[in-house]
Amino acid sequence: MRYLPKSPAERQEMLAAIGAGSIDELFSTIPERFRLRQALKLPGPFSEAEIIEYFKERAAENSVGYTSFLGAGVYNHLRSVVTDAIIQRGEFLTSYTPYQAEITQGTLQAIFEFQTLMCQLTGQEVANASMWDGSTATTEAVLMAERVTGRTRVLVARSLHPEYRDVLRTYAKNSGLQVEELPFSADGMLTQSNLRAALRDDVAALVVQSPNFLGVLESVPELTEIVHSAGALLVVAITEAVSLGVVRPPAEADIVAMEGQSFGLPPSYGGPFGGVIASKDKFVRQMPGRLAGQTTDTEGRRGFVLTLATREQHIRREKATSNICTNQALCALAATVHLTLLGKEGLREMAEQNLAKAQFALAELTKIPGVHRTFRGPFFNEFTIELPRSARIVNGYLLREKIVGPLPLGQNYPELTKNALVCVTETTSREDIERLAAGVRRALEQAL
Amino acid sequence: MSKRIKKATRHTNQNEGLIFEKSSPGKRAFELPPLDVPSVDPAKMLGANHRRDGVEHFPEVSEIEVIRHFTRLSTWNYAIDLGMYPLGSCTMKYNPRVNEFVARLDGIATEHPLQPLELSQGCLKILRLLENCLLEITGMDSITLQPAAGAQGELTGLLLIRAYLEKQGNARKKVLIPDSAHGTNPATAVIAGYEVQNIKSESHGQIDVGKLSELVTEDVAALMITNPSTLGIFEERIPEIAEILHAKGALLYMDGANMNALAGIARPGDLGVDVMHLNLHKTFSTPHGGGGPGAGPVAMKNILAPFRPVPILVEKQGGQLTLESVRPDSIGRVKSFSGNFGVLVRALAYILAYGPGIRQATEDAVLNANYIRKHLEGVYDLPYSLPSMHEVVFSDAFQKKNGVNTMDIAKRLIDYGFHPYTTAFPLIVPGALMIEPTESESKEECDLFIDAMRAIAEEAAENPELVKTAPHSTRVRRLDEVGAARKPILRWDASRQPAGEDHQHRHKHARQTEPTPVTPTA
Repeated sequence: MRYLPKSPAERQEMLAAIGAGSIDELFSTIPERFRLRQALKLPGPFSEAEIIEYFKERAAENSVGYTSFLGAGVYNHLRSVVTDAIIQRGEFLTSYTPYQAEITQGTLQAIFEFQTLMCQLTGQEVANASMWDGSTATTEAVLMAERVTGRTRVLVARSLHPEYRDVLRTYAKNSGLQVEELPFSADGMLTQSNLRAALRDDVAALVVQSPNFLGVLESVPELTEIVHSAGALLVVAITEAVSLGVVRPPAEADIVAMEGQSFGLPPSYGGPFGGVIASKDKFVRQMPGRLAGQTTDTEGRRGFVLTLATREQHIRREKATSNICTNQALCALAATVHLTLLGKEGLREMAEQNLAKAQFALAELTKIPGVHRTFRGPFFNEFTIELPRSARIVNGYLLREKIVGPLPLGQNYPELTKNALVCVTETTSREDIERLAAGVRRALEQAL
Repeated sequence: MSKRIKKATRHTNQNEGLIFEKSSPGKRAFELPPLDVPSVDPAKMLGANHRRDGVEHFPEVSEIEVIRHFTRLSTWNYAIDLGMYPLGSCTMKYNPRVNEFVARLDGIATEHPLQPLELSQGCLKILRLLENCLLEITGMDSITLQPAAGAQGELTGLLLIRAYLEKQGNARKKVLIPDSAHGTNPATAVIAGYEVQNIKSESHGQIDVGKLSELVTEDVAALMITNPSTLGIFEERIPEIAEILHAKGALLYMDGANMNALAGIARPGDLGVDVMHLNLHKTFSTPHGGGGPGAGPVAMKNILAPFRPVPILVEKQGGQLTLESVRPDSIGRVKSFSGNFGVLVRALAYILAYGPGIRQATEDAVLNANYIRKHLEGVYDLPYSLPSMHEVVFSDAFQKKNGVNTMDIAKRLIDYGFHPYTTAFPLIVPGALMIEPTESESKEECDLFIDAMRAIAEEAAENPELVKTAPHSTRVRRLDEVGAARKPILRWDASRQPAGEDHQHRHKHARQTEPTPVTPTA
């Protein structure tokens, strides 16, 4: 077997050195009746070429050749080939969590740079590296708010990603948290009167997403003021991190829970992505997850170590701030390389291109009779449109034209069955957008 | 350098500051294709109060600088690709490159999780085949691939147990956890809403079955067991342990972190285990990447299957695969979308490479651990003498007499060209040296490791100071961890840098932070 570096003779030599007559002797502590007598029924062994062939066949059964207008928490953005070249260096790829700081300074300094980039982007003071994804980061942010405030009710905007709300409910069920959802208004933003009515002195946090699931930007400074007046914290979730290149960051929020997929990670059918929690310095000891800190060695040279580990499970066990251990470190490295490549101007330009393309797409789509924008609020690269027919039926037609249409919203918002969430990024060409508009027009003509 | 050091040689590596210190306005490493639609005024589109004018202090560097920056940083890391990484309980094995290649294919990496199922059959077939392979390896009935890592697998497993017990009318209060368990076990039990009751190992390091039967009451939901234990020892009485729990209506959870000792040899499902997680980033070779991403699938017996997290992969008539999200008894969703799909792809590629031959990998892993044990026994103290499986745990008791502890030995091992073993874990062994070589090490590499460990034992006796001040050959020496925690510096702050610092100053600063050569005393 090509991955195993031993010859039969070496195996025998080693067995002899141990003093074992056969390899089976080494498994003698497993009761005889539980030892497998037959080979496992597994496909293989396959050569490298056969493995590649198998996956190429599976790839051909997917969406290759289709143009997609899906976003909703997973975005297609340009990625430089440099990012993959760097993260595939064995020294990064095949290194463990950097507990032994003297021989993992590369990973540790990169984490420190990641934390810095996340702080600069979000306007927060401290960021961890990392959480499993945006949904678990948001959930952990709520649990953190519970620890900070000692309160157990949490208000969640209904415009938070539906899957994020699902994950939060799974975790909340057994930790004594009560989750209450708040509606959105005609402009697509959280209804402030409902927020005011729901705020009492037992509320740990309000969770909003911005841009929210419907594409609309929330008013973070106003929400912060309202939430703080009741002694609660504001948690802002961000699924489309590229927005931060042109949208004012939620600096006033107490905790930011972000999905970093947009920074150099492919959609990869939903993962692995990179979650991150950013917050204020004063809350750092309640944060979950890994943190790298700057320090000096015995000779006064700058170096980095994992720090504040007394929050973590391997030290605190049942009293830890979270059970997270393995996180998404390589994804965080990919984001660090990607953002360093983009730089200040590249990120700004990318964000501005998204904005321009989304405005163009909105204009093209709303030229079609019966197609309107659903919500008035400002948006970044996603917006909701209302169609004269079910969005699912329209999408069914678009598939025939090799277009994966905008996400129908009916499944998660029953009142919005005729609505769809359109996403365009810098990777969507003008021609793609014009094809979509023409396709929708034809679909509606057919359907009527 | 000591003549005893055979594997490593000192060699120059490059200094490198933080990327923010190299930044200069106007440099760039990335260009976008020109905009093919009319440009817009962000302030007008977003409103003045939402508009941001660039991210302050964001790096501005060129492409070659990015490449050099991260390449230089990479050379400061130790890695599996450089040599043996004997971290006990972490299973640092070779990460095959073909796995990286297939995970990046067009049609695999490019797929959106919300795209229509009829355009996702390739992804779903990959998931289904991996499910079937893992069920065959574990001997369980049903599985979820959703959890993002081992700890989330543990949580999912306990939530399944809770849902099952609740359905029977009583979720119960406690989870029993041996004192040798990973820290994630107790941390997870608390999130699942359970009290943790720690149980002491008996004198051979195994679970005290007599005491266990006293502890298992109607209040106990489950026992979380690691098998082989973190001492690398198989829990021989596990079928009996399962019976004790089952007799009281409690379930047996197995932490599969050490599955590398069992794959192809024995199946937890046959041993009476009700539910377990696997760490695909351990047993199934997906790269650690400096701390993730991983994946923590949870395999279970039929009684727990109705409670699996959504979405659930289902085969419809005609063979079409679909993901179902509405299941009344489900514990809910534990992660967005379909797990860490890219990690699952890599794990399947690994299994396909071995097929049933995965047994050979397990045998080699156990062979390596026992070979190392044989050669270091007597040189280092072996507190538990039961047969080892995939890892062996020594203690620093002999070296302690000269004031040298496990951390010192670990740091000295760095000078010998190896990554340290796991130090000070499991907690039941004071001064533990936990060594897991995995199947990926050749006899030659094992011999070099044994040599190094023997040489360090001699140094600890002859010249303890040399060991206590190690490592001597690294870029940085031991770092001030206490200081780092007392006054945390967790980001680079432009405002904290010396005012008016120009390039020349920066260079001077860089030179001051250069490592000065250190000559070990032996």
